[in-house]
Amino acid sequence: MTLIAAEGLNVTLGAQPVLHDVNLHLAGGEIVTIVGPNGSGKSTLLRALLGIVPLQGGRVTRAAGLRVGYVPQKLALDPTLPMNVARFLSLPVRHSRADIAATLARVGLEGVETRPLAGLSGGQMQRVLLARALLAAPQAILMDEPTQGLDQPGEAAFYRLLEEVRSDTGAAVLMVSHDLHVVMAASDRVVCLNGHVCCEGSPHVVSNAPEYRALFGEGTRGALALYRHHHDHHCAEPDHA
Amino acid sequence: MLDDFLTRAAIAGVGVSLATGPLGVFVVWRRMAYFGDATAHAAILGVAMALATDLPIALGAAVVAAAMGLTVATLTGRGWAADTVLGVLAHSALALGLVGISFVGTVRISLESFLFGDILAVSRTDLAMIWGGAVVVLAAVVWRWNRLLLSTVNEDLAYASGISPLRERLALTLALALVVALSLKIVGALLISALLIIPAAAARALSRGPEAMAVGATLIGAVSALAGLWASYHFDTPAGPSIVTAAAGIFIIAAVAGRLRRT
Repeated sequence: MTLIAAEGLNVTLGAQPVLHDVNLHLAGGEIVTIVGPNGSGKSTLLRALLGIVPLQGGRVTRAAGLRVGYVPQKLALDPTLPMNVARFLSLPVRHSRADIAATLARVGLEGVETRPLAGLSGGQMQRVLLARALLAAPQAILMDEPTQGLDQPGEAAFYRLLEEVRSDTGAAVLMVSHDLHVVMAASDRVVCLNGHVCCEGSPHVVSNAPEYRALFGEGTRGALALYRHHHDHHCAEPDHA
Repeated sequence: MLDDFLTRAAIAGVGVSLATGPLGVFVVWRRMAYFGDATAHAAILGVAMALATDLPIALGAAVVAAAMGLTVATLTGRGWAADTVLGVLAHSALALGLVGISFVGTVRISLESFLFGDILAVSRTDLAMIWGGAVVVLAAVVWRWNRLLLSTVNEDLAYASGISPLRERLALTLALALVVALSLKIVGALLISALLIIPAAAARALSRGPEAMAVGATLIGAVSALAGLWASYHFDTPAGPSIVTAAAGIFIIAAVAGRLRRT
């Protein structure tokens, strides 16, 4: 089932055309990653799907009654605004104390309810943002560079958590990223963006596409080879052998 | 009881703080201090226009303050530097207002009362207007509280939750214009921002949550009004500036207390 579909998106910010003729869809339960160089319109695409930036052309359709969870790139809380984790999680919809406790435990942050938001580390903040998205019981989670600012173990742990969430709740995940190798391993499908969709498909297909190589060079092949090796053993897709 | 000018002044001061407290915290969180100043200065232009057209002064002040707020929001939304826009518009409106008042003003107009307030001269009608307006602003902020708060925390999260941060900003701008019109009589155009910012800043040092900070700002605003009036009566000082001085005193005490509690 298609949850979100974008057809022929055109977005201009100021005088700058950012996206042209972008088509994208997100189906139930899949993890899709948008990769692309800086300024390729990745975040803008996500914001267009959420209805934050106006479209100059094309349209976004959502499944009726779709619940979307959004995890922004970062949260810059003004230091004059006192807010603890539990209060933040109940914005704008109040959730029961039990739901909040369970969701925080789900993302590996038990008992942080009364901690001030401003005192959290980068990794904890990403988990809190994910918890807030999960509390809405979303069918689709949209994330903008969720692992930015995390170290490598933190990054790996975050993607493991995402995988668990997907298998527990069946939620689809659409995320923007530019750390290629880890993302490739964690995704079902990769969309390579550079103002338009250059190529898309399974990580394996995309990494071999000439458009992708033109953008990212050959440097990532080592990591991707490792990924394929790893993946072949677990998923045994015959065409990879 | 309302026959006593000091009692009326006290009731007016407490009434205004019902609106300046909950609105002031947003001014602080959203860094709208200069925006508040600009709206307040524009009110002087509104006063001049009201005098020229024989309309109620509070109405003129509210309308021009709202127009200023909307103009600033529109221009900064189009990429103008907020600093410059505020600097140009706020001071132009203030200067134009002063020039205008000098044209239409006669003996009955004391310019000083618009610049620094005249709380000791509030009438029963003023009281009704102040309390009516303050209750409207308070009710609006309470009603939209979660939407305003999430829009302040992060606009994209608000959008994703189906809230329009633009609409919330508009609500704040209009509420601010109303508060400016109400407070003009209390502390005057030059010190209205102080009434919004100082109690909220004082409450920050003592609060662990946004709601506590809003309630704290309201209480501190009310206490400042009463303490300022008391001082004004006993030391024969101007009432509006005395209220702001009292608020500043509470801010210092709260900042020190907050620091001590943390260590």
